[in-house]
Amino acid sequence: MLNQLATEVKASMSIYDAQEDEVYGLLAEFAHPGELLHAAAAVREAGYKHYDTHSPFPIHGMDKAMGLGNSIIGWITLVGGITGLSLATLMQWWMGAQSYPIGISGKPFFSIEPSIPIMFELTVLLAALLTVGGMFALNGLPRPYNPLFFSKNFLRVTDDAFFLHIAASDRRFDMSSTEAFLKGLGASHVETIHDREEEDGV
Amino acid sequence: MNTASKDKTLASLADFHDEAPLVTGNLKFHDITELVSSHTEKKTPLAWYGAFSLALVGLMLLLIMIAYLFWNGTGVWGLNNPVGWGYAIVNFVFWVGIGHAGTLISAILFLFRQQWRTAINRSAEAMTIFAVICALVFPTIHVGRVWAIYWTLPLPNQMGMWPQFKSPLLWDVFAVSTYFTVSLVFWYVGLVPDIATLRDRATTKLRRMVTGVLAMGWTGANRHWRNYEKAYLLLAALATPLVLSVHSVVSFDFAVSVVPGWHTTIFPPYFVAGAIFSGFAMVVTLLVIARKIYGVENIITVDHLEKMNIVILLTGTMVGFAYITEFFVAWYSGVQYEQYAFTNRMFGPYAWAYWTMMSCNLFFPQFFWFKKLRRNITFMFIISIFVNIGMWFERFVITVTSLHRDYLPSSWDYYTPTFVDVLTFVGTFGLFFTFFLLFLRFLPIVAVSEVKGVMPEADPHFYDHEGDGHDAAHAVNVNAGQKQ
Repeated sequence: MLNQLATEVKASMSIYDAQEDEVYGLLAEFAHPGELLHAAAAVREAGYKHYDTHSPFPIHGMDKAMGLGNSIIGWITLVGGITGLSLATLMQWWMGAQSYPIGISGKPFFSIEPSIPIMFELTVLLAALLTVGGMFALNGLPRPYNPLFFSKNFLRVTDDAFFLHIAASDRRFDMSSTEAFLKGLGASHVETIHDREEEDGV
Repeated sequence: MNTASKDKTLASLADFHDEAPLVTGNLKFHDITELVSSHTEKKTPLAWYGAFSLALVGLMLLLIMIAYLFWNGTGVWGLNNPVGWGYAIVNFVFWVGIGHAGTLISAILFLFRQQWRTAINRSAEAMTIFAVICALVFPTIHVGRVWAIYWTLPLPNQMGMWPQFKSPLLWDVFAVSTYFTVSLVFWYVGLVPDIATLRDRATTKLRRMVTGVLAMGWTGANRHWRNYEKAYLLLAALATPLVLSVHSVVSFDFAVSVVPGWHTTIFPPYFVAGAIFSGFAMVVTLLVIARKIYGVENIITVDHLEKMNIVILLTGTMVGFAYITEFFVAWYSGVQYEQYAFTNRMFGPYAWAYWTMMSCNLFFPQFFWFKKLRRNITFMFIISIFVNIGMWFERFVITVTSLHRDYLPSSWDYYTPTFVDVLTFVGTFGLFFTFFLLFLRFLPIVAVSEVKGVMPEADPHFYDHEGDGHDAAHAVNVNAGQKQ
């Protein structure tokens, strides 16, 4: 049960377990963003869950085609902002009015008005840091090892190539039928990705 | 896209999204990658070493001047009794202001869906970070007892003392350091996909290791892009009020005091407009040179520069309007000291500085009303230099003219900077260009993935215009870029 949950969380980060025969998945290349979008929608309709598309830039409408909802990152930002705001308020109140009260021109030791700039700055600071940290965490990054990197063709993913990867951990995955299915969608090139093999001297 | 915009049908005219192409020269995805990445991979050109040596000389100068200052104390500066704030604050505000353009381009234009920003946001953000580093030098060395600078941070200490939170100077510490941190992470997040591009092109082991670590294992997965894009949007939404707040807080350093000429409520918006004005001028100065050297004129086009010049015209006029408003308010207030401070600015001993500021900031940018002039590279370069000078003088005028004639005529004095003041300022340009040249050499100066994303070929529906879902003509176009 817990293992199942861990697998699903990892799948949401595009991290999958390899099969016993070291097969990690099938990597199909498509000619352009339009084909990739159609292929992703078709793969989803066929019932696959453990798959992802890889492209040099985000493709408009891909989240919908893959059936992915809204990212939850906004809630992490909110938590960061509230933490920053509370921290700044508490800090200025405790340091200025409790721990080290010092009279300046008869002004109150703590009041909201002069505290606003720092309340605002710390709200933004913590919200921003948590957003970035949360984004990397939700994406499972940094991830120095990724079996997809064994594919030489995959090096072009950050240049001008568009890939769809179906992981072997998917329940519907079957070497021959999945490959035929991908080719049927118009993939120009389908390659099997193996996990934990030697890198062949690049 | 090209043919569609040439047909002047009613439908194409009504579609306001259909503007002139952002990337010219019929470039493919691969061409963009190649154009930008190759500059970080080729052998270092001799000219770069020349420029870098010059920048290092400036940096050395800065370090020597700082060492001289630390050894002797702030007496080596030209500060005198009424003018207790001189070059240090002027330079601080100048550099922080320059930084603002980068955040405006990366965050505010992003929220307004101004897609032309993708060509310039990377270099403008880099400029922001380096300018803020230069700015932070000044308050640090200005405190006199530099070894106590950490007292500005709320750190537990054996004295049981805490910073004074009612001071605008302390707000500045929080505002500028937050601004620096957020700008840095924003910049890094934008860089990750492009560093991954460099990683995938790396030919040496060292390059692969360094870019591999920095790219964090980015694979362009859509499950990642989904969180990434949302996070980027949220960062832009956070950076937008932040950038407006930073220069407002900087202006509080002046406005919260009771000095005539400083004590005015117009300062926060006026400072923010001035910051954007000076920052855009600096972006134009830097990019006019960088796009030429890098041969990326098809990505950073004249259209981009023209748009920046329009922003310069707009904000310059806003700043000029603020100068005039200040005079009106001084007159209308009926306060003798306020009125004197402003008459003294215009006709007093610093009139030369005042009129330099007026002509550079209000007068010269007005030439940009003419389309020919704002699309002329040489002309815009000259104007941008004038604006840089004018905005430095603005801070000089605000700081020095308001201080040098105190309430008591017996304490009046004339402020002249010493060689240490001047050379320290010159030295910060060395610091700035050292960082900027390293950036130009080792990082992609254009946001590759973002530029690709705004090309018409990036739209998945670009390919199904012909109705059959497989547009042969376009498909050939895209494949052509993939053959290596």
